[in-house]
Amino acid sequence: MAELNTDHESHKLGMHTEQLSGRTQQVFFSPSADENFTYPDGIEVDFAKEAEFDAAAMDIRDVNIKIRELMKEGHGTITVRNPSAKHSLGVGILNRLNLNFDGSLGYFGCGLCDGPNIRISGRVGWSCAENMMSGTIVVEKNAGSTFGAAIRGGDLVCKGDVGSRTGIDQKGGTIIVGGRAGAFSGFMMQRGRMIILGDAGKNLGDSMYDGTIFVGGKIEDLGVDAVEGEITETEISWLEAKLALYGMKAPNGVKNLTKIVAGKQLWNYDNLEPSEKKLVL
Amino acid sequence: MCGIAGLIHRGSSADIGSQMTSMLQALKHRGPDSTGFALYGSGGSKDYVMRFKVAEQEDLATGFDINDAIKDRLAMVDARLKEMGAKVTKTESVTDYAMRYQLSFDGDLKRVIDYIEDVDGTEILSIGHALELIKDLGDATVVSDQYKLNGFNGTHAIGHTRMATESDVDIRSAHPYWAYPFNDVSVVHNGQLTNYWTKRRGLERQGHRFMSDCDSELIAVYIAHRIDKGDDLHTAMSRSVDELDGVFTYLVATADSLGMAKDVMAAKPMVLYESDDLIALASEEVAIRSIFPHEIDTFDPYEGEVRVWQS
Repeated sequence: MAELNTDHESHKLGMHTEQLSGRTQQVFFSPSADENFTYPDGIEVDFAKEAEFDAAAMDIRDVNIKIRELMKEGHGTITVRNPSAKHSLGVGILNRLNLNFDGSLGYFGCGLCDGPNIRISGRVGWSCAENMMSGTIVVEKNAGSTFGAAIRGGDLVCKGDVGSRTGIDQKGGTIIVGGRAGAFSGFMMQRGRMIILGDAGKNLGDSMYDGTIFVGGKIEDLGVDAVEGEITETEISWLEAKLALYGMKAPNGVKNLTKIVAGKQLWNYDNLEPSEKKLVL
Repeated sequence: MCGIAGLIHRGSSADIGSQMTSMLQALKHRGPDSTGFALYGSGGSKDYVMRFKVAEQEDLATGFDINDAIKDRLAMVDARLKEMGAKVTKTESVTDYAMRYQLSFDGDLKRVIDYIEDVDGTEILSIGHALELIKDLGDATVVSDQYKLNGFNGTHAIGHTRMATESDVDIRSAHPYWAYPFNDVSVVHNGQLTNYWTKRRGLERQGHRFMSDCDSELIAVYIAHRIDKGDDLHTAMSRSVDELDGVFTYLVATADSLGMAKDVMAAKPMVLYESDDLIALASEEVAIRSIFPHEIDTFDPYEGEVRVWQS
């Protein structure tokens, strides 16, 4: 075996002493290490520096470019008037920012975000906050289907009703629904938490791998391998604190929320080799 | 992916031609192949309005003979209407191949329809006291300008922008579909039916005819069949949610009502705005916002949901 050579070009450049940056890197949390939570090309913004503009006559692309231009000018609080249900607004923001949409968004609003706090005073269409990594998104009215698809972190809140397949493929973070959630909510959920304060449609948590769903209203029926779990004191404290953040309350108190988890009885949870499965089956 | 839209004014009428044009133009990106309108006038006339075509748009590029063929077909239609006792009170040549006739008739309408459609290349797009069905290749503004739809006054309408996935790009496969042979019933649909052929064969055995291979036509024929069996519109649509397989959202309009249905998976979008005097629905909110510049409250109907509104 050849001897390991430690005389690397990267060492000469001092790169071996550099820390990984970016929130999505696999690094342990350290309150003092602020740089770990900022993208290398992150923009320094001042939350007290406010700006607003009217999007009524603007194209989708121009609205998103305008938001970036204002961020580069240091504006930390931006209000977009008259978004008029246009699609794909407020997407791909990898920065700290207070962003307000004064109106409704269309499909794929606020997707691929990592860090901003976004408030939408109206409704959002399908696939809001898809793949969100961190930050908060609060929708004051209703949301369409696939709300919070594949989110990995942050808080995603809809104070009204949401459509079907809410939190499909959720991998982390918290989704809170003030009203009813449609069918197949939590479908193939992998991690994270979902709180539905109203009723849940059929096939709730179908084929979920992990994660937790709390429901305040009636559940039409559970999906494959979704089972009821026992709510813990820690979860009750967490639920009370989390809902209080957004001024929301469980209809009958958080203690009476129904907790749904993965039964983990599906075939993919056993340790048998395919040949062994044939013997068992 | 197709775009569908509908609106109904409760207790009043408006320029639904312009409104539906705006809504469908906002959905152009969902289906650029063809656009169709089912517009419902205020009614009141005892005369029927018949919209029909005697050729496809693409036929006009097939040679000089097509112009003579169109003349011959029109003459044959006129002769057959006269032979069946229908009195044509007004004719309008909207395009080289599409006509609008106003006629009075008291006999068996189905016999007239079948006799007219027996003329080569001829298809009745709609017939009724309120319904006028217009569909052609191009986006909403192109079709609307071509057929002079701006200013069309009426109570309700449905429309469709089509991205052809299952059948040809032609007028025959464009939506809306008229629910032959029932007056004033039309359908637009976004989705795919997976038991299309099974259901179609069943309906054909019961005497229904299909003009295209488009799965959306099945919904129109199915609804017509159920109404014929005594169902009201809501019952027929609720039954369709159980009996039709696939992913779909569709709209049905009759002389005085508008209905919507969603499949049990809720896999196709629909946004709904409801007020005391107007209901508007569309695949995307941008279509509704095209006639409402101000903020409105909208929501998504849920899986398996059926709703019907009266004008």
